Amino acid sequence: MSLLKVKNLKKSYVTKNLFFGAKKEEPVLKGISFELEENQILGVVGESGCGKSTLAKVLTRLEEASGGEIIFNGKDLRSFSSKEFPHQIQMVFQDPFQSLNPRKKAWEIIADPILVTENISTSEAKQRALAMMQKVGLLTETSERYPHQFSGGQRQRLGIARALMLRPKLLILDEPVSALDVSIQAQVLNLLLDLQKEFHLSMIFISHDLSVVKHISDKTLVLYFGEIVEMGPSTQIFSEPQHQYTQKLLESAP
Amino acid sequence: MRLPLHLNNKLLEIEKLSVQFKTDSGAIEALRPISFTVLEGEILGVVGESGSGKSVTNLALMGLLPANAQITAQKVVFNKNPLNLNSQKDLRAIRGSQIAMIFQDPMTALNPSLTVGYQMIETLRCHFDISKKVAEHRSLALLKRVGISNPEARLKSYPFELSGGMSQRVMIAMAISCHPKLLIADEPTTALDVTIQKQILDLLLDLQKENKMSMIFVSHDLALIKKYAHRVQVMYAGEIVEGGNTEEVIKTPRHPYTFGLLKARPSAHEGKMKEPLYAIPGVVPSLRERPSGCQFHPRCFRATELCKKQAPLLTTAARNFACHHPLEIL
Repeated sequence: MSLLKVKNLKKSYVTKNLFFGAKKEEPVLKGISFELEENQILGVVGESGCGKSTLAKVLTRLEEASGGEIIFNGKDLRSFSSKEFPHQIQMVFQDPFQSLNPRKKAWEIIADPILVTENISTSEAKQRALAMMQKVGLLTETSERYPHQFSGGQRQRLGIARALMLRPKLLILDEPVSALDVSIQAQVLNLLLDLQKEFHLSMIFISHDLSVVKHISDKTLVLYFGEIVEMGPSTQIFSEPQHQYTQKLLESAP
Repeated sequence: MRLPLHLNNKLLEIEKLSVQFKTDSGAIEALRPISFTVLEGEILGVVGESGSGKSVTNLALMGLLPANAQITAQKVVFNKNPLNLNSQKDLRAIRGSQIAMIFQDPMTALNPSLTVGYQMIETLRCHFDISKKVAEHRSLALLKRVGISNPEARLKSYPFELSGGMSQRVMIAMAISCHPKLLIADEPTTALDVTIQKQILDLLLDLQKENKMSMIFVSHDLALIKKYAHRVQVMYAGEIVEGGNTEEVIKTPRHPYTFGLLKARPSAHEGKMKEPLYAIPGVVPSLRERPSGCQFHPRCFRATELCKKQAPLLTTAARNFACHHPLEIL
């Protein structure tokens, strides 16, 4: 059984004309359908404005879908209570500089999800946060530091640790390595692949960078103006792209 | 890309250029004495990660560093004339007309409150003694040349009305408007999508050939450098660690850092999937706390005691590298 089943998902934003008050519907996702198996990594590629990030927002329930169905683990995504949901899907954001609270220490950032959702003592939460820090390759000596004392790559590790604290089944990563230097990018990609095995994670990996998606994903989905133009195993998409747009993307990649 | 053989006149020659920033907590050595040349009609690629000194070098050449920067140079020769990088008068004479620059983020490089036309005409009239009408005419031709459709309407547009790719085209049009001898492109496509990236770089390549310009092309992506640069220079922590013909450097890197950069980047066209990537351990050193000896030794797999004690010197051949234990040529 597939972990995530998306059927004919639609999302449109309504814009209002400032002077005449006329409402206009701006479709961003125009009915997309795909499935994701357990332990699979799905890469989502496309250019800016194609709906990649909107897809992530809808799947994490930050935005409500305008139409279609999302079945997660056999249940409608909306039917999860706000207590259950964080244990199902978590997200890692693009900019490691803006997605961490600058006033909290590293261990506090990581321990926050369990402090909010579980009835445990602070010291226990800290212990678990420290264990997670080790798993993502951060030194536990750095647990008392604030985000600005970490480098970009370390901050992204913090973001990943925070997302994994609730043991989600699905991790959504929106451009997780595009703000990082090349040598650090490789470290984070390796970490993600290790963690996927250890935690039996499924991932949706959103990126505009074809080479990164090719490296990490089992299955790739190409979005173009809110529609899926091509989907299939990554090996196939990257060696024999069928759709014109995918071919153009690949040709443009250095 | 191979450099046409007849082109070997030096356009820009720099010897021992260094930049220090004075701060309250002491001086920061952003650029250690580096020497390099740019030949006439060549594209010099500069690769390096953040903090490697790529942008500082370019900004020093343009005289755009903040006031707390201290620039020292033994020798700077541009177009056979000596150039004093500390004299704004010297720099003003060549900035824009002889050396032009395209910045990373086209959205912030244009003035948001003035129309494209106003900014282009202002630039042209600043450098040439021409009427507004003529300047407008030239602007139209330039916009056409860089592939902007409906240039008449675009002249009246404000920057926010343009897409990222279009803004970068406008920046390029402005940069080439005075026929500079040297064009500095500092990560010109990092903020753009891949398909637009290719269009912009192909345009730059065309213009470079057409106007016989030299170009300094800065990027963190070796794959782009490989495609567009004749020669390449790899920078790390404010030093040049390797340089030479692009093909040679990429085929047989001698410095472990270059080797690491090449291996760390997955490719969209080849390579196996899901295999762990080669990752350079550690992080780029903070310029406040520089390591001793070779700047790369804490992250290097070939480092020895010697590397900790003594900084290696850059070899003097055209194909140069700074390493005590260079990789062998296979």
